[in-house]
Amino acid sequence: METKDFILINQLCSNYKIDLSFLNELNENGLIEITTIEESQFVHQDKINEIEKMIRIHHELDVNIEGIDVVFNLLQKVDDLQNELTSIKNRLQLYEND
Amino acid sequence: MAFIDYYKILGVDKTATDKEIKKAYRKLARKYHPDLNPDDKTAEKKFKEINEANEVLSNSENRKKYDKYGKDWKHSEEFEKAQQQQYQRGAYQGNESGFGGSGGFSDSDYSDFFESMFGGASSGARSRSVKFRGQDFNAELHLNLKDVYTTHKQTLTVNGKKIRLTIPAGVKNGQVIKIKGHGGKGINGGPNGDLHIKFSIINNSKFKRDKDNLYLNVDLDLYKAVLGGEITVDTFDGKVKLKIKPETKNGTKVKLKGKGFPVYKKTGQFGDLYITYQIKIPTNLTDKEKELFKELAKLR
Repeated sequence: METKDFILINQLCSNYKIDLSFLNELNENGLIEITTIEESQFVHQDKINEIEKMIRIHHELDVNIEGIDVVFNLLQKVDDLQNELTSIKNRLQLYEND
Repeated sequence: MAFIDYYKILGVDKTATDKEIKKAYRKLARKYHPDLNPDDKTAEKKFKEINEANEVLSNSENRKKYDKYGKDWKHSEEFEKAQQQQYQRGAYQGNESGFGGSGGFSDSDYSDFFESMFGGASSGARSRSVKFRGQDFNAELHLNLKDVYTTHKQTLTVNGKKIRLTIPAGVKNGQVIKIKGHGGKGINGGPNGDLHIKFSIINNSKFKRDKDNLYLNVDLDLYKAVLGGEITVDTFDGKVKLKIKPETKNGTKVKLKGKGFPVYKKTGQFGDLYITYQIKIPTNLTDKEKELFKELAKLR
């Protein structure tokens, strides 16, 4: 597997000044996916946005890993509901009078 | 800048302890944090306010200055110096001197504190020379339904930068597309944020759209509905001839396969067009016509 789309987790830790244990805990709780390539551990670069969000929620709001999991699940629900609302609004236009 | 009551913002009393301030701040931060309120400008503003309030009230020195000087607390040292100079000169010049009036220092609302929170200065939670990804930008693009029937290119100007964008046919109202790396600049060498474009599709056509399907009501005269015949109807990209079966009922639906809207990112695939016949009853009948209808009625 090529590593060009992946970021070394050690690099993440030094960039964000976080402990490796924090990323491991996120991984154990299924919040991120750590991939091992040739004995080095990586995360996919597309997940950086979410990881940063988790770091902010953890550091700025004192939310623990379980709390982050709950927050992400609820945010996903909000997102799904918003999409559903948009879709229903679009459908509603079918029944609105000109 | 108008006076901002930081105590009121945090919902605490002027005599609140550091612990009470911290508790109130934490509670409000959890409520209004931008990560928990995506695309919510009101929450974002509120979050900036509570952060500014916390920055001031959680620092005992700043809090003292704020309690003493109110909105000018940041310039308290200069204020004290000015007061001292006035005292030394023995001259009292009322509002013209220094800080009493509305002039003097032009503070922009909240901004200097919150550059630290949203990418900029040095204090606060992100002060550790950490590489952060730039902010994501959100933009809304208004297009007519006709515009998104075909794939086309458009040049947008976002924060002074021109971005050439290919808008695929079939994009939906409310759909958001992400353009990687076109958001805010990364902090301390971090990657750039993304640009999120939300499409607002204005439908000023006579067709109604639901996902990839189009819907159209077509008037059908009574005689064609009864006897059958042929009509020409509009589709989104032209006209088609349709055969009308004899004794077609009002509200009959006809599906024209593949005459709907293009399917997003599936070149050559289209939804369907649903036509609903609305039978028009003739009006302003002549005597002769009335007579004939009466005769018809007798036959039933």
